[in-house]
Amino acid sequence: MGVKVMIPTPLRAYTDRKDSVVVDGATVGELLDRLTVNYATLKKHLYSDDGKLRNFVNVYVNDEDIRYLQHEQTKVSEKDVVSIIPSIAGGGVE
Amino acid sequence: MLRLNHTALHRIKLHAMQTYPEECCGVLIGRDDGERKTVCDILEIKNAKEENRARRFLITPEDYKWAEERAREEGVDVMGFYHSHPDHPARPSQFDLDHAVPWCSYIIVSVEAGLPAAVNSWVLMDDHSEFSEEQLDVLDGEFIRQCKQYQA
Repeated sequence: MGVKVMIPTPLRAYTDRKDSVVVDGATVGELLDRLTVNYATLKKHLYSDDGKLRNFVNVYVNDEDIRYLQHEQTKVSEKDVVSIIPSIAGGGVE
Repeated sequence: MLRLNHTALHRIKLHAMQTYPEECCGVLIGRDDGERKTVCDILEIKNAKEENRARRFLITPEDYKWAEERAREEGVDVMGFYHSHPDHPARPSQFDLDHAVPWCSYIIVSVEAGLPAAVNSWVLMDDHSEFSEEQLDVLDGEFIRQCKQYQA
């Protein structure tokens, strides 16, 4: 089963410039695992050293943020489109 | 290296002045040839942070998505982001580092007592350990002409 994963511009440098890729998996976590196997250099940019998704990474299944679903255990099918969309935060010293 | 023209730089500074003492933010769109990024236009984004906008900014996923779609319509891509540091130097904070997106250019403009001061551009190191300052070239010419020249 292949599920389409949309890649935002900042991460395309690590997916051979592809804006979407199709990977196998039954959950969001499996898709991301497969994605980082296929594109090894992507892993350190998606995940921090403690194995958590980095702060800027938001993952949507269709239009739903996985934080409001079952997080990385959210089930997916080939009818779904998974999107990685950055949020950009920052600011000066408090 | 990041290239942008005087008009883009002026608009960034103006945005930073308008939102002072709060932080402004926006998206840089343009092209990348592998060695340098060229900014063709800037997209002002409303700082979505609900509190402490004097020290924090947020571009939501929805706003990011809008910017990427807008860039695609123009035949270009997202090159990075800009934001202001009111009464604080134009260098990344630890909070900037903790939330940084790889590959992208981060223009930071410091605003001192309401007036724009230093402008620097930064790129996250590949291991996410720190930002590295990148060369910022300011050129003459209009956005679209710059892009067409680049395409040619």
